[in-house]
Amino acid sequence: MATKVHMEALSPTMEEGRLVKWTKHEGDPVKSGDTLAEVETDKAVMELVARADGQLIKVMVPEGTTVPVGNIVAWIGKPGEKVDGAGSTEQGAAAPKPAPATASPKLASAPAPIPVAAPADATRVKASPLAKRIAKEVGVDLKLVQGSGPGGRVVKRDVEGGAAQARAVATPAPSSVLRAPSGVPFEDVPLTQIRKTIAKRLAASLGPIPHFFLTTEIDMERAAEAREALNKQLGEAGGKISFNDIVIKAVALALVQHRACNAWFQEDHIRYWNEVHIGMAVAIEDGLITPVIRNADMKSLREISAESRELAGRARNRRLKPEEYTGATFSVSNLGMFDIDHFTAVINPPESGIVAIGSIAAQAVADGDRVVVRRRMRATMSCDHRVIDGATGAAYMRTLKQMLENPLAMLL
Amino acid sequence: MAQSFDVIVLGGGPAGYVCAIRCAQLGLATAVVEQEKLGGVCVNIGCIPTKALLHSAYIANLLKESKEFGVEAGSVTTDYGVAMKRSRRVSDQNSKGVEFLMKKNKITVVKGTGVLQPGRKVKVGSDVYEAKKAVVIATGSRVKGIPQIGLEINKTTVISSDEALLLEKIPASLAIIGAGAVGMEFADIFNAFGVKVTVIEALPRILPLEDAEASDTLNKSYRKRGIEVIAGAKVTKATVGKDKVTLDVEAGGEKKQVTAAAVLMAAGRAVNIENIGLKECGIQLTERGFIKVDKNLQTSTAGYYAIGDVAGPPMLAHKGSREGIVVAELIAGQKPHPIKYDNVPSVTYCHPEVASIGLTEDQCKEKKLDYVAGKFPFSANGRARGTGETEGFVKILRDKKYGEILGAHIVGSHASEMIHELAVARENEYTVEEVELAIHAHPTMSEATAQAALDSLGRVIDT
Repeated sequence: MATKVHMEALSPTMEEGRLVKWTKHEGDPVKSGDTLAEVETDKAVMELVARADGQLIKVMVPEGTTVPVGNIVAWIGKPGEKVDGAGSTEQGAAAPKPAPATASPKLASAPAPIPVAAPADATRVKASPLAKRIAKEVGVDLKLVQGSGPGGRVVKRDVEGGAAQARAVATPAPSSVLRAPSGVPFEDVPLTQIRKTIAKRLAASLGPIPHFFLTTEIDMERAAEAREALNKQLGEAGGKISFNDIVIKAVALALVQHRACNAWFQEDHIRYWNEVHIGMAVAIEDGLITPVIRNADMKSLREISAESRELAGRARNRRLKPEEYTGATFSVSNLGMFDIDHFTAVINPPESGIVAIGSIAAQAVADGDRVVVRRRMRATMSCDHRVIDGATGAAYMRTLKQMLENPLAMLL
Repeated sequence: MAQSFDVIVLGGGPAGYVCAIRCAQLGLATAVVEQEKLGGVCVNIGCIPTKALLHSAYIANLLKESKEFGVEAGSVTTDYGVAMKRSRRVSDQNSKGVEFLMKKNKITVVKGTGVLQPGRKVKVGSDVYEAKKAVVIATGSRVKGIPQIGLEINKTTVISSDEALLLEKIPASLAIIGAGAVGMEFADIFNAFGVKVTVIEALPRILPLEDAEASDTLNKSYRKRGIEVIAGAKVTKATVGKDKVTLDVEAGGEKKQVTAAAVLMAAGRAVNIENIGLKECGIQLTERGFIKVDKNLQTSTAGYYAIGDVAGPPMLAHKGSREGIVVAELIAGQKPHPIKYDNVPSVTYCHPEVASIGLTEDQCKEKKLDYVAGKFPFSANGRARGTGETEGFVKILRDKKYGEILGAHIVGSHASEMIHELAVARENEYTVEEVELAIHAHPTMSEATAQAALDSLGRVIDT
């Protein structure tokens, strides 16, 4: 007699599972313990294994279908054995519902949709009652706080004072461009279960760093005008401000508003930097080095210009000290001068992001119903998916685009 | 060749012996150097024997009032000599207990006076011992006299607690200089044994480190029992005779003379830092004369740690013990939970007892903290009424905004035991709400703690 294959509860909290992929197909011989299918639970994608020997004689649900735990998904039996069809009474009212078309798992698009919900217990924070009260009052998200008490418990000193307040304003409020000098260079946040799962799965599927890429085209007309005006103002005396300097400044200022992108992946925790140090990729004779412009968000264009020129010069002469090319929190790679329209850059770990800058070229673009010629530039952000999710990176790129398209905003 | 250990602890008091045991638990070969009895001042001439004598005093006072409870004890007589001998037995048992713990943990006890030498060495007599990992200095402290005003301890008419604990016979009258924990405890003891006691304190109130309300309650209680208390007093001159001492005292603009058969010096302690080789090892002192330590209790010379009284105030056995544990764990390469020096309970075991933790109300005011004081008197507590121990109160100082327990003060017959509920609460950053939410058994003295917490929230039930 044929054996039923049920949707099993593959995690303690699982109520239904989405059948991502059948790894065995009708007619395949199976042995007890063989993987039959990949099932996405509330936490991760797990394997559904055979509990009997024989042949997979009938598959009841197509890939991409979500099935309540306990329902029959297939039959294992002898070749040629007959089983009830789809009309099985056990399916009952909870008939498998086909997944919406957009959820097709076969479209391997990056960024991949993250197949995890946020279970309540994964975000449980160990904190003292006093710390909880202060955090609530001050508006600190305890999930973002590294506890210094026993076993990582968040205690009063972790949430009180200037550090916590700076954190509180830095995290949710994107209105202020300047970052408050908190005195705390960074904050270590332990990986939540979800984060760990994302990190493991994406890394396993895409390589050591699971990259995904976000490209946007930026209108550089006003930045170009601003640059011309600034350089005119500086005259012969000051060094010229380059587009790259403006890009570095904008990248840094945008990071102040998006701390989630200004982070290091550290295996068991994510280090969210309060300081912004921009690595600037510089091509040298036999390779590439990224000197760091520290606290770039707080430096003037003139300072960035002078520093980047000086660092790049010494980089080419191989005269950089180690501390001058380490410790960046985010990087910029610019191949615009090589007439590259668009490219993707490789993340420099432990950083989580890098923006690749293409050339600025005059293009015909639609302005309402007219066609106008504007100077445009394509920027592509590479994101480490273990740290930055699609929407997080996209929000950052939107801010970067707004800043470069309206460079006066950088003066706010 | 020098005998070698991982750790050598200089001093076998509550800081040193606890440190040694923790070292041994962590697998370190450990030696303790002690010139007298194991257990130090605490076990032999401090905490433990005074608690034994205070219990004798408690019984004496209890029996005087027993008729009211329907128990006729006849005429009550006291004999300090008997009480003293009992206290000695208690001390000896405790010291032997420490000896047993040393054996049990395979700790080598070296009898003699240890002198530090450079290179993590300790010289005892002609033997030199070497510590591979660390030397821990836990030499403690001793009572001190005030020779500037003629009150040098002579062990007959000018005595310290060391002598007071070994008296066969009590003096007819006793002047106690210093109304800190030691002075107050001896005043309690000797008063119960029929000695005419006068307590003289230089600062404006007795138990000057405690909350002012605690001092006031004690002051009233002591006066009621016939103990004379002179606070804000200056001893300008001391005339030490063969069988009496006359003190010229100035207090509140008035001059008076106090004559007593003996004077007990209870005005502070001096740390034992002389002739132990600190200078030779380059170990520096603080301005106040304690051994200078960093946050890991390491001295200015690497490999030498200091714990307990020599490492600075508060000079309390339980603070020293905790430092011993922390240092042992540091030496063993662990990361111990840092000591919260603002959360060390302080207890005076007189009757009624006084126990406190955290800030006093005056300190809250000085720091301009926004606080609410919640208070509950034992006179409104059912258990206290039953036992006739209605003196005192529980007071909790609550931060107005977040409910943090800024300080707690208990005066009452079991204050020393009750304070720990609030010590645990503070250590774990519970607010008054968590204390109150824990159900307190009825009828207990501890209900007063829950009620004080409620009072700080403006919702006290029982008053």
